[in-house]
Amino acid sequence: MAILLDGTTRVVVQGLTGSEGTFHTKRNIAYGTNVVAGVTPGKGGQTWEGSVPVFDSVNDAVIEQGANASLIFVPARFAADAMLEAADAGVDLIVCITENIPAADMARVYPYVRGKGIALVGPNCPGLISPGKANMGIIPGEITGPGPIGLVSRSGTLTYQVMHEMFTRGVGQSTCVGIGGDPIVGSNFIDILAKFQADDQTQAIVLIGEIGGDEEEQAASFIAGNVTKPVVAYVAGHTAPPGKRMGHAGAIISGSKGTAQAKKEAFESRGIKVGINPTEVAELAVKSV
Amino acid sequence: MDLFEYQGKELFRAHGVPVPDGKVASSPKQVRVIAEKLGGTVVVKAQVQVGGRGKAGGIKLAKTPDEAAAVAEQILGMDIKGHKVRRVLVERAGDIKAEFYASFLLDRAGKGFLGMVSSRGGVDIEEVAATEPGAIAKVPVSALTGLQPYHLRRLVYGGGIPADAHTNVVALLQKLFDAFVASDASLVEVNPLVQMGDGSVVALDAKVSIDDNAVYRQPWTAKLKDVGPTSKQEKIAAEKGLNYVKLDGRVGIIGNGAGLTMSTLDVVAEAGGTPANFLDIGGGANAETMAAGIDLIFSDRKVKSLLVNIFGGITRCDLVAQGILEALQKLKDLKAPIVVRLDGTNAEAGRAILEKAGDPRIVPQPDMLSAAHKAVALSKGKK
Repeated sequence: MAILLDGTTRVVVQGLTGSEGTFHTKRNIAYGTNVVAGVTPGKGGQTWEGSVPVFDSVNDAVIEQGANASLIFVPARFAADAMLEAADAGVDLIVCITENIPAADMARVYPYVRGKGIALVGPNCPGLISPGKANMGIIPGEITGPGPIGLVSRSGTLTYQVMHEMFTRGVGQSTCVGIGGDPIVGSNFIDILAKFQADDQTQAIVLIGEIGGDEEEQAASFIAGNVTKPVVAYVAGHTAPPGKRMGHAGAIISGSKGTAQAKKEAFESRGIKVGINPTEVAELAVKSV
Repeated sequence: MDLFEYQGKELFRAHGVPVPDGKVASSPKQVRVIAEKLGGTVVVKAQVQVGGRGKAGGIKLAKTPDEAAAVAEQILGMDIKGHKVRRVLVERAGDIKAEFYASFLLDRAGKGFLGMVSSRGGVDIEEVAATEPGAIAKVPVSALTGLQPYHLRRLVYGGGIPADAHTNVVALLQKLFDAFVASDASLVEVNPLVQMGDGSVVALDAKVSIDDNAVYRQPWTAKLKDVGPTSKQEKIAAEKGLNYVKLDGRVGIIGNGAGLTMSTLDVVAEAGGTPANFLDIGGGANAETMAAGIDLIFSDRKVKSLLVNIFGGITRCDLVAQGILEALQKLKDLKAPIVVRLDGTNAEAGRAILEKAGDPRIVPQPDMLSAAHKAVALSKGKK
């Protein structure tokens, strides 16, 4: 098993014919991902790279090709529309790679998509990979392979670093999910942790967080009550300068300072191991399986 | 993007949120003219983006236009916690009966909007939150429904707003929410929101932060003056589109991706070094951005060594290597060493390019930890 994505997932790529969409979809297909359709309004009826049919709407791609997951590469100003379109077309999974989407757009998209019971990963994320099975997004597949570790991260390249460090020690992953670093993302740590807990292939979990917000604190509390598999955490940003902030509203709501130290303590106080750098995280994770 | 008070009040005014009569000025002469027009007692307020300006002497009352010009003379040019005062806002002073607090913001924990109101205004609201959490009404507002009458009732009743101010505060909150949504703000905060002697309510202060990702559909923000970075390096970075934050140490840092770059700073600190900056060259960085980044970092004379830590995904390590060589071509007088760690897409090609160049200033390292230790040692003049 794996979570969210495997070789049977039927992927439609929104923004397939753009430069980003084309470049990464080629890599995803080469990895073994089952890409069944593309969507570019106005280019319906064409065939991309001689193999993938292009449609004018996600709805058409779902009806004609049975797509059940959408991968989004469209520019930021069209991304909210693309996510809502995919949700209404009836896919089960939406992965949005696009960065720089206005937060107010996500404040509308999040409750709408979640209300339909659809899993949304991202935006501003590297996507997800179930090594050896399928890859949706921009994670370089060649740096790792299948194995027993589930990985969930708010970062992109830092995720690659940890995947790579584990794999050079001979241990691969079930699924790696980059949930994205924006203030409002579709899947939070808890959504993914619950899926790893229920997944047969996953024996241990690595969680990579960073400064800001209180998602790590919530994850720590969720793990203590709901996750029986070993978890190793990492928090980036111990030396980051406090961000410029206007007003004091931010700190009041979260009930947390959002610092790396506060997050580290939230994990450690619940007996969850925290690595001091990516190398130690990989070593601890490898030891736990 | 954070706005100055006077810019925030212009936004408020455009959306019908009541603010005091007043105008911004950059010289005592202008202040005198504005004070004459307003008539009566005025307040002269330093325009800086930092708290505590009242205590620092940046807000003063003046009974006459001459007095207004005299206090403006004192305030303009003043340094408030490292922020130089270049403008003052001159407003008509009034008879204040009560001070409240109101804000709308983007709440990442609640994945939506949040409204907050309290009758304890005019003081540090963080302090109120810590000592009297029950005194602040916090009401989530769905972006799908927008602000509804029941949200407003919960805010004014929950926040303890006196009954004689309800109607006016509700009307102001509705307009404040309109301004918040229409401007793609991540925060609009009014502290204090005042009830005047005649019962009217007015936004006496304005803190507004606009979502940088939404600036493309807020063309008015392009005309704002003096918002944005302050240090010389940060200005250059903004021009070149580099994601740079200046710090105060000796080890320059370039990474790709915010998480890996932050982690690189941490590892340098853990190895006993002091990071000089945060610079994320982002996904898909090419030779040109790399060269611009190196140039920028060494414009800070405190930097003694540079650590380049790249894990190629979209970013191709061969292009990163070319960028390093281009920068070194340009910086012929540069003596400081550049420690380079490349992994991921085209890493071998990148390492080969650096090796072939044979520049003694380039110090390749096989992994992130050894690279950090090397860069720290070199920053202290050790080998």
